[in-house]
Amino acid sequence: MSNGCSNIAIKNIDPTKKKLVLVGNPNVGKSVFFNSFTGLYVDVSNFPGTTVDISSGEYNDFVVIDTPGVYGVSSFNDEERVARDVIIEADIVLNVVDAVHLSRDLFLTQQLIDMGKKVVVALNMMDEAEKNGIVIDINKLSQMLGVPVVPTIATKHQGIEDVKKSLFFANEGVKTKGIDKLLDMYKGRTAFEAETLLVIEDDPNVIQRNGLKSTGLREEVYRKRRQRVDFIIENVVTETTKGASFSTKLGMYLLKPVTGIPLFLVTLWIMFKFIGVFIAQTVVGITEETIMQGIYEPFIVSLVSRFISEQSFIGKLLIGEFGLLTMTPVYVFGLLLPLVVGFYLLLSILEDSGYLPRIAALVDRFMTKLGLNGRAIIPIILGFGCITMATITTRLLGSKRERIIATVLLGLTIPCSAQLGVIMGLLLSLGLKYIMIYTLVIVGVFVLTGVLLNKVMPGQSTDLLIDLPPVRIPRAINVMKKTFAKSKTFIVEATPLFALGAVLITLMQYTGFLDWIQVAIAPLTVGWLKLPKEAATALIMGIVRRDFGAAGLSSLTMTPVQTLTALVTITLFVPCIASVIVIFKERTKEEAVLIWLSSFTVAFLLGGIVAHVVA
Amino acid sequence: MTLAQASRGDIIEVVSIPDANIRAQAIRLGIFEGSKIICSEKLPAGPVILQNRNQEVAVGRRLAESIAINILEK
Repeated sequence: MSNGCSNIAIKNIDPTKKKLVLVGNPNVGKSVFFNSFTGLYVDVSNFPGTTVDISSGEYNDFVVIDTPGVYGVSSFNDEERVARDVIIEADIVLNVVDAVHLSRDLFLTQQLIDMGKKVVVALNMMDEAEKNGIVIDINKLSQMLGVPVVPTIATKHQGIEDVKKSLFFANEGVKTKGIDKLLDMYKGRTAFEAETLLVIEDDPNVIQRNGLKSTGLREEVYRKRRQRVDFIIENVVTETTKGASFSTKLGMYLLKPVTGIPLFLVTLWIMFKFIGVFIAQTVVGITEETIMQGIYEPFIVSLVSRFISEQSFIGKLLIGEFGLLTMTPVYVFGLLLPLVVGFYLLLSILEDSGYLPRIAALVDRFMTKLGLNGRAIIPIILGFGCITMATITTRLLGSKRERIIATVLLGLTIPCSAQLGVIMGLLLSLGLKYIMIYTLVIVGVFVLTGVLLNKVMPGQSTDLLIDLPPVRIPRAINVMKKTFAKSKTFIVEATPLFALGAVLITLMQYTGFLDWIQVAIAPLTVGWLKLPKEAATALIMGIVRRDFGAAGLSSLTMTPVQTLTALVTITLFVPCIASVIVIFKERTKEEAVLIWLSSFTVAFLLGGIVAHVVA
Repeated sequence: MTLAQASRGDIIEVVSIPDANIRAQAIRLGIFEGSKIICSEKLPAGPVILQNRNQEVAVGRRLAESIAINILEK
């Protein structure tokens, strides 16, 4: 390669083996094929510089590589860039196509063919196509595309063996008319043959790494391809008037506000019951208290203290109150991991069922007022699990502007699951009036902050343009795999942050800085917020771990107004140290400092207002 | 007129999509200048839902306001 590094960043790939790459739009059932090809021995590796994981395994003489679901080969987002780079080096592409959405999916198929790849098409979900009254002339489709087309119902394991046999007949298909001429202009000027098409399609990364210039031909190529795909569909698809299936109707009900909003509220309530009650109480009770604090912590402390004094600096660093071997694993594995797994499980179900994009459409109107679009509901929901993780997820948003707004909203107003439980416990003891004031203040700050940022920040946020896949029952195995992969990302990405946070806090404690801040902010907490002076400690502990802060409050004797003030302040107060580190990592230093300082100011300002007004 | 002015059930023809990136993404989903599609739903002040055969796409309201269309059938 011209830039000196191979595209495929997958470990342990045998260079003598042929690469069979699985490609398809999102949610077309690609993973069933992958599992059938590779069996149990699968290698999952992270694609450098992204949160995208790539799975690979072996099948006969092939290395089989799965790619993220994409609508086309280009570079609109991380998934597309990863898929693109894997496809470029493929020997054979197995393109899984959703028979119900041929018009969408064949655009990708034709693009793969135009790249000059040897392709086999698995025409999946034939049962659903039939239910929707769609009849496809498979022979004609295969003939027009110039590649083998195999009908399959992957979920019932129908046709998968035929797909395997067809791999021998993988073929360079019939290219879009007029593309050859354009391809010839750039032939031999790219590191890989398949990159030539991407050059004429103006893919900025591919152009840059081959040292070429923008061609301005993308529109023309896309338009020709779209015309060809539509022509093929006119020739091979017959739609009978069988009418909309149940899933189509359900999809509509989930979208229409009259039915959609109540159904969304019910969904949120179920999510709350599952995470807030089952996971936060039952599961965390076992993982945090019984296992981590009951068994692990005493074990590690007694083990380490045999060699290092608990009172020494190293001892404090490792097994102290905020130790690397004590607090960090107890917090990450005992408390956060179960909650994050719970959130990812629910998000994966929402995603695979086709409900998530409908929720995005449903909340789009509200989100645009905050300078975001409907897609931002994903980091916001995730924020109730773990702000650190949610802040990392803001990467999926379309512009820098949206990423900043979402980061501010997350850091400022969303209470993460760690503190939510303690906050609710305290609030419930105060009664309805105080619950309402609290909710009003927090929701108010959320909305006002968004509206304000949207007003003052330069530029414009991106608009919603989202594919609404049909509503389907998610496959348990896919949901499990997604949950596992994403939870693993959380462990890998977030644990070092929590560890770094622990070190910083131990340092601050050891040098006496922590005590100093507690004394320094006392005038604010006592004078302005009218809280007992011990509350300062709780606030500072909130920086260490959000739940420490909230829990610290439960042990104080306070009037209801004081409790309310403290809860408002601690919710708005700076997020935990790990999220602060992630904010610094994801944003520029200036932005991060600004975000940090504003949440500090807003928390004390509003806490004080509550203290004075409610009293 | 713009897509934002279409009503539920209208069959429309897309006349122009001004943003090049949006154009590239929309054409992959079957929406392009000249395509004939159904406006299958319109969320109050929210996205317009377009349907092309079995393919459904949600288009944010502000984006819909920038897309020029003709109504073919009410």
